[in-house]
Amino acid sequence: MQTYDLESDGLRGLNSSLQALAGSTNKTQWNIVNPRGSHAIAVGLDAPIEVNVKGSTGYYCGGMNKQAFIRVHGSVGPGCAENMMSGTVIVEGDASQYAGATGNGGLLVIKGNASSRCGISMKGIDIVVHGNIGHMSAFMAQSGNLVVCGDAGDALGDSLYEARLFVRGSVKSLGADCIEKEMRPEHLEILTDLLTRADSDARPEEFTRYGSARQLYHFNIDNAY
Amino acid sequence: MKDAKESAPRTEPIQSATFSTSINAEIRRAAATGIYDIRGGGAKRKVPHFDDLLFLGASMSRYPLEGYREKCDTKVVLGTRFAKKPIELDIPITIAGMSFGSLSGPAKEALGRGATLAGTSTTTGDGGMTEEERGHSKMLVYQYLPSRYGMNPDDLRRADAIEIVVGQGAKPGGGGMLLGQKISDRVAGMRNLPQGIDQRSACRHPDWTGPDDLEIKILELREITNWEKPIYIKVGGARPYFDTTLAIKAGADVVVLDGMQGGTAATQDVFIEHVGQPILACIREAVRALQDLDLHREVQLIVSGGIRTGADVAKALALGADAVSIGTGALIALGDNDPKWETEYQKLGTTAGAYDDWHEGNDPAGITTQVPELMERLDPIEGGRRLNNYLKVMTLEAQTIARACGKNHIHNLEPEDLVALTLEAAAMARVPLSGTDWWPGKPGTSF
Repeated sequence: MQTYDLESDGLRGLNSSLQALAGSTNKTQWNIVNPRGSHAIAVGLDAPIEVNVKGSTGYYCGGMNKQAFIRVHGSVGPGCAENMMSGTVIVEGDASQYAGATGNGGLLVIKGNASSRCGISMKGIDIVVHGNIGHMSAFMAQSGNLVVCGDAGDALGDSLYEARLFVRGSVKSLGADCIEKEMRPEHLEILTDLLTRADSDARPEEFTRYGSARQLYHFNIDNAY
Repeated sequence: MKDAKESAPRTEPIQSATFSTSINAEIRRAAATGIYDIRGGGAKRKVPHFDDLLFLGASMSRYPLEGYREKCDTKVVLGTRFAKKPIELDIPITIAGMSFGSLSGPAKEALGRGATLAGTSTTTGDGGMTEEERGHSKMLVYQYLPSRYGMNPDDLRRADAIEIVVGQGAKPGGGGMLLGQKISDRVAGMRNLPQGIDQRSACRHPDWTGPDDLEIKILELREITNWEKPIYIKVGGARPYFDTTLAIKAGADVVVLDGMQGGTAATQDVFIEHVGQPILACIREAVRALQDLDLHREVQLIVSGGIRTGADVAKALALGADAVSIGTGALIALGDNDPKWETEYQKLGTTAGAYDDWHEGNDPAGITTQVPELMERLDPIEGGRRLNNYLKVMTLEAQTIARACGKNHIHNLEPEDLVALTLEAAAMARVPLSGTDWWPGKPGTSF
């Protein structure tokens, strides 16, 4: 187990150490202590390592992650796991805005609530939020799955492309071109898998699926707002 | 009586300057279709520009350098503020960001080849980094755009610099659009969207909202890239003093300032012609911001939008820029709007020099298209050669002017080398109106 004191040893040293690890490294377990809300913790990683952040973080924790398993034992600031390519990021607390923004792959789990714009422009990432999500979540979401075990705020899925949205609770309002869709067996299968991997005891059949009406796919002036 | 009335002199028919032929045609088009005009390119209206400035050359008080023999250096280093690996260019002219998707793969390759031959950089665009462009570009600037199409950490690290695009001159405050006919399987795959749909590129970034956030975003990008890459921030010509100040505050190594003449792949004509300022009006304000922060030349300034000739380059640098960037000029060098395709332009309802429906993907020159048969018309090797020639000529022209003004480095050109032909240009460039020692707003004078 490697322990890194962020307060005393600094951000640059942390990220350069983690980024230098190759797939064959034997330094696979890392504890980061004293994060104290620092920004850009554990960004740009590209090795199958496990990183435990012992506290809350600032912006962009786990940004552009590849392969690594990152667990934050606290809450995260804006843009957690933004543009993640693969791997897993688990947040034990709450997440601020833009969680999982533009993510291409991997799994982001937020055990608490997520703020606005969760999953904005997501491009293949899977996101599971145990609590609620804020307004404008999944805005222009392209692909991947967003699972919300609680409620969703205003304008869910505005200008949605092909991402699948699953909400167990209420949706305050749907955004432009986002509609409720039939939950078919293949969707229940996806949900079951994601809920299991996210350590959620919610039942798939309690969820409603939302997706794109595909009315904005071709520019039509009559669809302008 | 009737005959006399008919033979009397009549008032000559006069076309309205307000309701001109082109305005009336646009009203009729709008009435018929119910949709605004979308096109590519930059502002076509006449605006104050570098043509309204003149160099004075050497005289009694200035000592010129000899023609093409005495050294007049053109090297530029970009990114000296924070980056471990600044970019070193042989010439002060870079190739602006243009997306793969908007342009064909061979066109991107040609831009890379030409830029590399000339010793300068080229820039990706919306839609990600292509192998054609990376493979043929010695120095490649990777754009970080609101859409984040194709964005990934591997390409970020393969880039030589990162350009965070906040806005562009053709449409400050606007996003992008790539219509379905240009969304081939490859383009769609790179953008992670269905083939054939109209793709919207967001107008604002998804995970930061202002300069305070951007400062943290830049920290993240630097951390991911080991603080090696210069970080550019590109803004449209909107509020150049404040935009430059805030870009510097956010941590930019380089500010890229794009005037309204700068092109776009596609947006509304009303946006192109009525939002943003000419580049001439922006440069001195950006330089003032740099000087107020005592960072002129430490944070470099690249300007773009309507740069066509070496004279334009020299004038932009004399006003305080470190380098310029070209897009439309580069495409014309590759063959865009070439009269040899006139018959085909006419079939598209236009003419060579005026073709701007780049978004429709039917470009006869094979540049702004994804149609294989049209793409084949552009030989990327020949295109690269032509672009290199064009860049070389522009550089030689700028050097010619610099030597005539007695400068042994092109960066030694200064506002004192210039006069303006019009009041507007004098006010914008803050150089004397020709024949006077005065410009509107000159300190200590009144207007």
